[in-house]
Amino acid sequence: MRELSSGPGRILVFVYGVFAVAATGRSLVQLGSDADRAPLAYTLSLVAAVIYLVATTCLLLGGRRAWVVAVGSCVVELLGVLSVGTLSYVDTELFPDKTVWSHFGQGYGFLPLVLPFLGLVWLRATRPDATS
Amino acid sequence: MTDWLTATILALAGVAAVVGIVLLVRDEPAQDRTFVVLGVVEVAVLVQLVVGAVSLSQTDRDVSGVLFVSYLVGNLLVLPIGAFWSLAERTRAGTGVLLVAVVTVIALQLRLETIWDGSGA
Repeated sequence: MRELSSGPGRILVFVYGVFAVAATGRSLVQLGSDADRAPLAYTLSLVAAVIYLVATTCLLLGGRRAWVVAVGSCVVELLGVLSVGTLSYVDTELFPDKTVWSHFGQGYGFLPLVLPFLGLVWLRATRPDATS
Repeated sequence: MTDWLTATILALAGVAAVVGIVLLVRDEPAQDRTFVVLGVVEVAVLVQLVVGAVSLSQTDRDVSGVLFVSYLVGNLLVLPIGAFWSLAERTRAGTGVLLVAVVTVIALQLRLETIWDGSGA
């Protein structure tokens, strides 16, 4: 089995790490400064942050269990960005302030939309049964 | 924000990004001189941290201080962490990490400008 955090995985870990820090920072600032303004958006920012953290950690850890958790977090991430992305266009009142996933991650160069796909492709290439 | 400084960093980071792309295309590992280029960007970013902190203390603009400083600090950490992370693997992937780090610095520069202009989180 290939290391989850080597080769292309090394780039992925770095990108996920950057997003983990960015989303954590954003949600803490939002929740800390003005939590009542957009509770749903800010909570979702925090959820996104946790998911990015989990994904980064699992890629770093490697191994079968980490692989499974990483797949789970990428799927949740994909569903999250798709649903929040859609909702932020359809129901603007629900999101008076932005989250990482608003408008499919527009504020972050749409990377939040691309990232789960990259993650899943990489996890597919490194699935534990593929080479063992 | 100090425009000339942001412009300088953007230009230097642009050069670093081009170097990274050339290395990626040629499938060459990062050279020592690549890290020199990154070092120059890092020095400029360090200057920005100092200048930014001083400007923040003197301005009467409505700038979110915590946010601004956290971006300045994040800005400073991206390249060293990226360089360290890439050194473990001096391959195309390692170069890719460096490129992502440089692009992150560019993105943070643009965000810093927005924050300085007062359009919050």
